[in-house]
Amino acid sequence: MADAALFEFLHTEMVAELWAHHSDPGPGGAAPASHLGPATFSLRRAAPPCIHCPGISDVPSLGLQHSGSSGHPKEIRASRLPSGHTISTCRHVDRHQGQKMSLSVLEGMGFRVGQALGERLPQETLAFREELDVLKFLCKDLWVAVFQKQMDSLRTNHQGTYVLQDNSFPLLIRMAAGLQYLEEAPKFLAFTCGLLRGALSTLGIKSLVTASVASLPTCKFQVVIQKT
Amino acid sequence: MAVCVAVIAKENYPLYIRSIPTENELKFHYMVHTSLDVVDEKISAMGKALVDQRELYLGLLYPTEDYKVYPSYQLCRYGYVTNSKVKFVMVVDSSNTALRDNEIRSMFRKLHNSYTDVMCNPFYNPGDRIHSRAFDSMVTSMMIQVC
Repeated sequence: MADAALFEFLHTEMVAELWAHHSDPGPGGAAPASHLGPATFSLRRAAPPCIHCPGISDVPSLGLQHSGSSGHPKEIRASRLPSGHTISTCRHVDRHQGQKMSLSVLEGMGFRVGQALGERLPQETLAFREELDVLKFLCKDLWVAVFQKQMDSLRTNHQGTYVLQDNSFPLLIRMAAGLQYLEEAPKFLAFTCGLLRGALSTLGIKSLVTASVASLPTCKFQVVIQKT
Repeated sequence: MAVCVAVIAKENYPLYIRSIPTENELKFHYMVHTSLDVVDEKISAMGKALVDQRELYLGLLYPTEDYKVYPSYQLCRYGYVTNSKVKFVMVVDSSNTALRDNEIRSMFRKLHNSYTDVMCNPFYNPGDRIHSRAFDSMVTSMMIQVC
């Protein structure tokens, strides 16, 4: 990968942008968050129409123009927007939906990048003979290419489930170690889950990848192979 | 000199197929289609035999045959499979000069590199037909060059 620092920075920016419309709007109403540059990531397929605010006309972007679309459920805020009433009722219900959508957008971007990497990285190596070889490739070659280090451990139950553990995940290492930011961690792992799923899909394996964090910066990626 | 180049997706539909001369295009499409069976056979055969190294390059697929209509060519078909099960089939006219194996391999390597570049293009959706001009010009250079 060209530049690890650049990748980490871009990733942080991406997560921040997608989460900007979940933060509380400022006193003057939130300004719409700026759009991400389409040249770096594929946004076309990852942009579903915004469904969580029926009071506002649908904007076919990442929902970034919905100012004040969600806030902390515990706060009571007077909405200053024209269709105020509609929005404040939306907020409580759809905060989780909005967050899930952002997570799936991130995962979708990671998926596309993973597909491309799955094509480029094994280019000179010979064909993989079995599933375990593919997983080993993920742990070694893919991780080294993206994060400049290998995965720390790979475990399997030999029945299609693999657990990949990274003891110092580079995208989490900038945050305080321990339990302080446990709630914020999943949004930083969504892209990487998509990355793994995309690389596996190019190599012919349909899978489901989830991530879990027990304490920063250690994280585990669970890969479940879907048998068709 | 390559006469026809085809890129076939994992699900066996063409992502890119181009041939010269353009008047008998259908015959080349048919040749590529029939070669797919041979390619599949080679892939599965390699899987069963306990081969230590699996190669991406599959080599000559069919014995050479003569093209009966004027002008007469001697056509050979070569195959190549990537790790993502995308197949490249090339029909080569070997009546003028016998193309060596190495040259065919290098042509496939160039194809593979260009295909990887197409995959990395964020505006390309995997599974679509390939419309990239860079890819087109690379294939043109393979078809026109006189070996």
